Amino acid sequence: MTATAPVRRTFTQDVVLYLEQITVRFDGFKALDALTLYIETGELRCIIGPNGAGKTTMMDVITGKTRPERGSAWFGQTVDLLTRTEPEIALAGIGRKFQKPTVFEQHTVFENLELAMADNKSVWHALFTRLTSAQKDKIEATLERVRLQDRRHHLAGALSHGQKQWLEIGMLLMQEPQLLLIDEPVAGMTPQETERTAELLLSLAGRHSVVVVEHDMDFVRSIARQVTVLHEGKVLAEGSIDTVQHDPRVIEVYLGQ
Amino acid sequence: MPEARAFRIRLGNDPGGRSFLAVLVIAGVLVPLMYFFVPETSALHLSGYTVTLLAKYMSYAMLAIAVDLIWGYCGILSLGHGAFFALGGYAMGMYLMRAIGARGVYGDPVLPDFMVFLNWKELPWFWHGFDQFWFALMMVLLVPGLLALVFGYFAFRSRVSGVYLSIITQALTYALMLAFFRNDMGFGGNNGFTDFKDIAGFSLQSPGTRVVLFLCTVIALGGSFLLCRFVVSSRAGRVIQAVRDAESRARFLGYRVESYKLWVFVLSAVLAGIAGALYVPQIGIINPSEFSPANSIEIVIWVAIGGRGTLYGAAAGAVFVNYAKTYFTAALPSFWLYVLGTLFIVVTLFLPQGIVGAVGAVRRRIARP
Repeated sequence: MTATAPVRRTFTQDVVLYLEQITVRFDGFKALDALTLYIETGELRCIIGPNGAGKTTMMDVITGKTRPERGSAWFGQTVDLLTRTEPEIALAGIGRKFQKPTVFEQHTVFENLELAMADNKSVWHALFTRLTSAQKDKIEATLERVRLQDRRHHLAGALSHGQKQWLEIGMLLMQEPQLLLIDEPVAGMTPQETERTAELLLSLAGRHSVVVVEHDMDFVRSIARQVTVLHEGKVLAEGSIDTVQHDPRVIEVYLGQ
Repeated sequence: MPEARAFRIRLGNDPGGRSFLAVLVIAGVLVPLMYFFVPETSALHLSGYTVTLLAKYMSYAMLAIAVDLIWGYCGILSLGHGAFFALGGYAMGMYLMRAIGARGVYGDPVLPDFMVFLNWKELPWFWHGFDQFWFALMMVLLVPGLLALVFGYFAFRSRVSGVYLSIITQALTYALMLAFFRNDMGFGGNNGFTDFKDIAGFSLQSPGTRVVLFLCTVIALGGSFLLCRFVVSSRAGRVIQAVRDAESRARFLGYRVESYKLWVFVLSAVLAGIAGALYVPQIGIINPSEFSPANSIEIVIWVAIGGRGTLYGAAAGAVFVNYAKTYFTAALPSFWLYVLGTLFIVVTLFLPQGIVGAVGAVRRRIARP
């Protein structure tokens, strides 16, 4: 079986993330095998694939946690991801949300967003700074986007699992990333929460580029415009959800299981 | 001033803090009045002993606030804060020793008695400057601050935390105790410093000096409360609490966790040093037992009993436990340690928020119809 190799692209304004021929090997096992993937500006892309397909490894390469043995990875036209450290990549504008939500449970929702805000993080500044009205507006706008306006003065520890996930997405947004990487956002959510999460992610696309790794096919169907199927470290299929769903190879390795 | 206004607003929703400051102001007014103007025959008269005892409780309360700042808010359980208190005390003690001058038993104009006794001919280099009050005051801040800076820099940079940090703080204070016990260190060995005569030219025996020192302690306690209150209600305060609850998450958000920990640790050590410097002239003695590891553990118990993470709770705990100690060591001397242990166990098991937490819970229950 051969992977569909997308046409090699040149740098353009429209592409925010370039992964080309990325190979990662763990003890001889190829976690990623010459993976090539492009994410366009403002796009909402779902990445699906069976366990061990290389989804998490791909996220690790993008955020600088894992270095590939071969290939190139660029963020926009200027940032070479393979030469940057994790915090540098985060500062450059790639935000990642891990599967398990970690918020500051003893702080209010509002304070969580305040702490996450892109700002001078030094001790001295933090001692004397007061929120400007622009910053307050920004926090309010984020509260609204993640639909936690009513919870703004509640302790984050008292939120439901779904609300914590949203708060964490909100904290990610406060860092003003261009590209959001979101790992299994609806794991453990109720159907209603899943639905609201879908709306939230759809509302983010356009202003941010969003990459969602997800197992829940119904959820993928509800949000995805573009879907990439990974299998054994390669791109198996790429396209709209309908195209992908009817691709016989995809049915064989993943959907048909 | 917008800063001041914001500060008042924050204190506005802190009834406990307001009551604490009110108690301090009342004590600052009433205690001198009851000491000077109420006739000795009256039940309301305060003796000089009581005034000094209250000042001692207050310097302990200040020490407790310093520990609450790093433990209650930043999650750093220092079991060596007695060391910073003692160092501040020793810095003040060195000044008080030099201020004795030729009035010592041996009458040497420069050398303190213990040096004459050890047959020393000249003042060790580190005793120079301590004849000046301002120099001693600077050292009260600098010595504990610098030790905390160096110790904290290495500990936090190596990401030593939790129980390991607690253990090395114990080791720190124990090592200092052993060092200060040695006669050749030049700090008076196991006798430490005592027989002080005057401070900044005023006799320590005079009632006026006693009251001024008491008032200084009240002001220092109130001032450290307000300062710590300012820190914990700033964004930096929210960061250190975030570090306490989810350190790696805070780091991931771009905060340099080590800097925050170091900064708050140094501030706490300096406050502890000031408390020690206020304690020594009023109590009239400082010796190496102040460095004993058990002392530092006791401070943590005060904070736990009072209620950590509130500042005033720590102060209340310090006063409450020390009052109990004064009472029990007189009434039932052999039982004091059992009482303290029981108190600690009861509070840990049944009052995780300490006394102030329990008072708050009772008040809420009453307020609810």
